Amino acid sequence: MTQLKQIRVQLEVLRYNPDTDTEAHFQHYDLTCPEEWVVLDALNKVKADIDPTLNFRWSCHMAVCGSCGMMINGEPKLSCHSFVRDYEGTVIRVEPLAHFPIERDLVTAPDDFMEKLKRVKPYIIRKDKKPISEGEYKQTPAQLMKFRQYSMCINCMLCYAACPEYGLTPDFIGPAALTMAHRYNQDSRDCGRAERQEVVATHEGVWECTFVGACSEVCPAHVDPASALQQMKITSSIDWIVEHLIPGGKSAGDTVSREKAGDIK
Amino acid sequence: MAKSHKPVVWFPFAAGGTVIAFFIPVIVLLTFMAALGHVPAGLSYEKMHAFAGSGLGKLIIFGVVALSLWSSAHRLRCTFYDFGVRADTLVATILYIAAIAASLLSAAYLLQI
Amino acid sequence: MSRNPLVRPVPPTSWFFRHPRYLRYMSREITCIFIGAYCVLLVVGLQRLAAGPVAWESFLLGLRSADSIVFHILALAAAVYHAATWFNATHKAMPVQIGEDFVPPNVISGAHYVVWVVLSVAVLFLAGVF
Repeated sequence: MTQLKQIRVQLEVLRYNPDTDTEAHFQHYDLTCPEEWVVLDALNKVKADIDPTLNFRWSCHMAVCGSCGMMINGEPKLSCHSFVRDYEGTVIRVEPLAHFPIERDLVTAPDDFMEKLKRVKPYIIRKDKKPISEGEYKQTPAQLMKFRQYSMCINCMLCYAACPEYGLTPDFIGPAALTMAHRYNQDSRDCGRAERQEVVATHEGVWECTFVGACSEVCPAHVDPASALQQMKITSSIDWIVEHLIPGGKSAGDTVSREKAGDIK
Repeated sequence: MAKSHKPVVWFPFAAGGTVIAFFIPVIVLLTFMAALGHVPAGLSYEKMHAFAGSGLGKLIIFGVVALSLWSSAHRLRCTFYDFGVRADTLVATILYIAAIAASLLSAAYLLQI
Repeated sequence: MSRNPLVRPVPPTSWFFRHPRYLRYMSREITCIFIGAYCVLLVVGLQRLAAGPVAWESFLLGLRSADSIVFHILALAAAVYHAATWFNATHKAMPVQIGEDFVPPNVISGAHYVVWVVLSVAVLFLAGVF
């Protein structure tokens, strides 16, 4: 077996200790590692050999769990998906995901995202529930393809770290959560679009988006949140026209008729 | 949280953005030629007056001008916010009123032709 | 151990310098300044057209200044850039699914470019350029 080529890796890692610090600061680590390694490997080596106080989240090491999102040279990336050889000869600047509060070192607080994800009701909502004995809800391949890419989201929050509108307006529901709403809206088995519109069609919903498109550029799962939001702007606009300009018009997301039916308060 | 009335301003923005994309480059090209001294034959007073004098011509000119103005005003509103101006309601009011006023003016001029 | 999360605020007036893609976005957005200004020029042109042949001719002559030429170059660049960004993004807003598969993005934007060229040539033809 041939020996893996070793390269020098210089890391500049943002440190923050909530018990003692009022500001974050960069700490430099210099190490040698195989060029096949990813930034996460280098961080693990730092923690094991150089500085056990360094904190960061990770789990699967294969771009599936979405835990190890960080800013690497200002770009939101999964650190398990970023090879050190791509940064050879430069200092790799590693920071916690932008736009989220820093819990400690590279660990951020995802509470805001988790709360917003819940609000869009990211699950299938049925009007009628048939018993399990009647079998599954069937779907054609074409119906599956309609939402499949949007179901690939791994909740890594890179899109939130990339979205300047979320950074500037933290109330914005944001790319991943709204994309999840779209994913279920597009599902032929789902009947919940009217309920989700109560969140999607608000100012903090799709209307805070100015189509920067950064979310789609950084997504490691090749989801296209920007497209989901644009499509929901169009459907929300059509809803609005139907509700306000067509006498007696009822859209899928019609608030007035649902209020009358006692569906919402 | 109430549903937003943003579609009122967004729909014409999207329509205007499409109109700008398809028609404004070639219109700029025409007046650019005039600016360079090569006035296209169609920009002569007779031809322009005849075009703007017809009902269809009026409709096309008004549609292009009004939608493009609105689209630009709306995008400029967002740009102000992106540049850090937080008085969004004030900015929006001024820009939308300006776009509507310029559209009404162009309608008034068209009706005089 | 206590929770004491550190919030790093986004600088509201300089955030777009943080990444080239934000500068790309801002350059798309500020095309509206030149396009909006050009629309105002069109409104002025309509006013001159309504005022009669002499006014219209002086409007056309007035376009022949160095300032006007520079403005036209900027407006043309802005309009073309806007058109390109708009056509390239259409497949995101209005995807087309045929059977199971979605029509590839470059086919949708390509169709837009073709229509754009055809319309532009038609306008140039109607305006007597050729």
